[in-house]
Amino acid sequence: MSTAAETITGAPAEKGRSLWIDAGLRLKRNRAAVTAAVILAFMTVLVVVGPWFSPYEYDFTDWDRILIPPDIASGHLFGTDGIGRDIFVRTLFGGRISLVVGLVATIVSLVIGIAYGATAGYLGGRVDHIMMRIVDILYAMPFMFFVILLMVLFGRNIVLIFVAIGAINWLDMARIVRGQTLSLKRKEFVEAAEALGVRPFRIIRRHIVPNLLGVVVVYVTLTIPQVILVESFLSFLGLGVQEPMTSWGALVNEGAQEMESAPWTLVFPAVFLATTLFCFNFIGDGLRDALDPKDR
Amino acid sequence: MNAPLLSVRDVAVEFRIPEGVFRRSRVLRAVDGVSFDLARGETLGVVGESGCGKSTLARAILGLVPLARGIMTLDGQSLDSGNGERWWRKDIQVIFQDPLASLNPRMTVGEIVAEPLETLMPELSRREMETRVISMMERVGLSSTQVNRYPHEFSGGQCQRIGIARALVSEPRVVLCDEPVSALDVSIQAQIVNLLTDLQKEMGLALLFIAHDLAVVRHISHRVMVMYLGQVAETTDADTLYRRPLHPYTRALMAAVPVPDPGRRARDVEIVRGDVPSLLAPPSGCPFRTRCPLAVARCAAEAPALRMVGKTAVACHLVDGADAGSAASA
Repeated sequence: MSTAAETITGAPAEKGRSLWIDAGLRLKRNRAAVTAAVILAFMTVLVVVGPWFSPYEYDFTDWDRILIPPDIASGHLFGTDGIGRDIFVRTLFGGRISLVVGLVATIVSLVIGIAYGATAGYLGGRVDHIMMRIVDILYAMPFMFFVILLMVLFGRNIVLIFVAIGAINWLDMARIVRGQTLSLKRKEFVEAAEALGVRPFRIIRRHIVPNLLGVVVVYVTLTIPQVILVESFLSFLGLGVQEPMTSWGALVNEGAQEMESAPWTLVFPAVFLATTLFCFNFIGDGLRDALDPKDR
Repeated sequence: MNAPLLSVRDVAVEFRIPEGVFRRSRVLRAVDGVSFDLARGETLGVVGESGCGKSTLARAILGLVPLARGIMTLDGQSLDSGNGERWWRKDIQVIFQDPLASLNPRMTVGEIVAEPLETLMPELSRREMETRVISMMERVGLSSTQVNRYPHEFSGGQCQRIGIARALVSEPRVVLCDEPVSALDVSIQAQIVNLLTDLQKEMGLALLFIAHDLAVVRHISHRVMVMYLGQVAETTDADTLYRRPLHPYTRALMAAVPVPDPGRRARDVEIVRGDVPSLLAPPSGCPFRTRCPLAVARCAAEAPALRMVGKTAVACHLVDGADAGSAASA
């Protein structure tokens, strides 16, 4: 978006404050959102680099210390599970999977949803009708049935989970984007572009999409935790990641079975999962307030 | 005046209103048989109540809505895109009513003003575009240092200047001004109107100035066209229209203008009563007859054609040469 402005800059030009910068400043004043962002950043770093510093591998079985509570001396900071694997490193590994699933599936749904929704909304008429009816049909498909079907056809595979979740989530995104597009395309600046003869897809790219990103960004921060939860749910049912790989959902599932004898197997992954979800939700709230100050 | 630059003949615009799957859709005729000529350097004011087809007329000239019938030519060439591009995009530009809404909030002023050049003259070099944008911004009274600012950082009047810069940067010959000042403060209105007339003289622009503020229209227009329910009620030069309005609708419009003089207010001209009839079910005969204080049986039976009375083209059965005199005394 900034390329034209940069090349056009002639004499010493003042720096404009874009709506994004404005929103960023407002977001910075929102203490809950900033705290959440800091915690989330810390969590991400921990999950990415943490396993390198752990003396144990995520699939290593410590035969001498099965199902022990947190113990600093042996290096099992969060204890071990029923077959002697280190909960600390498994929680971090699970976090990698959960966060990656959340991000990738969200990005997939974001890209498809924006492209699809903006096209349907902008072109309107019959095209819009047909495209949105397709969405309705896909929407009516039972999610679990869809996942099990994919599992049967392609076997259990982590990529399938991205595909399955992304394939369901873009439907919501497409509807939201289409609704925003419908209201945007009546704006006079779009009409001005049409009068100039700017081509439809350029109008979508330059005038429609940048203006609906505000709503989309908020929705994304709320979609990521939703996707993480869906993955946890699939793992809980045994349809998610496969042993010895793990995710927060799978860990919580295992921990729940040992809950009474070894609560640490449940508590640590659950705390990580819950903290992450809270953080995303706070950031989402903060972004919504920052991007649309009128709505508060 | 010299040969017309933009010529519009008997133009009609229709919209189809769908009425469910099995019922026939109804037709709404927003513009019905409008004709006018616009010469180089001339300003034609278009006035009328909201919903009378002013803006639709502008959109039709831009080629944004298809014509149901009629012909439009620019410099003798027909404004007909066939299935290709509208070749006149560069020559006919538009200025909108709401200055802020007509500017993309996510683009800088420089990007907004450059967009017509990028779209219509992609052969220009970056440097050339840059200089044109800067010089256009300075001509409309903006500072070149403001290119990287965003629309929300400007006042309404400045935003309208940006809108004018965008419309004029491609050096069009005709500019459609769709109520360009009605969203602005009165003091700013004068600045913008003066800017438009200055630029018109400089660039030899033909302006189609749509407005509902009769004072502004009188100030800027050479000729004025009064529209009612998608049809032309009266067309004449600005002075004649204001000194002796002929069509009963025009007279009613004039009477509705507030006069800033309590002593002069007591004029016995009827203010139009009632609402504008639906365009989906327009009255038979003369479109204004349902609200006209002078309507007679003939008005319902027969639609009045535009005819010349003196310098004025008027569509009313009841106006004749003698009436023109009485209208002046009214």
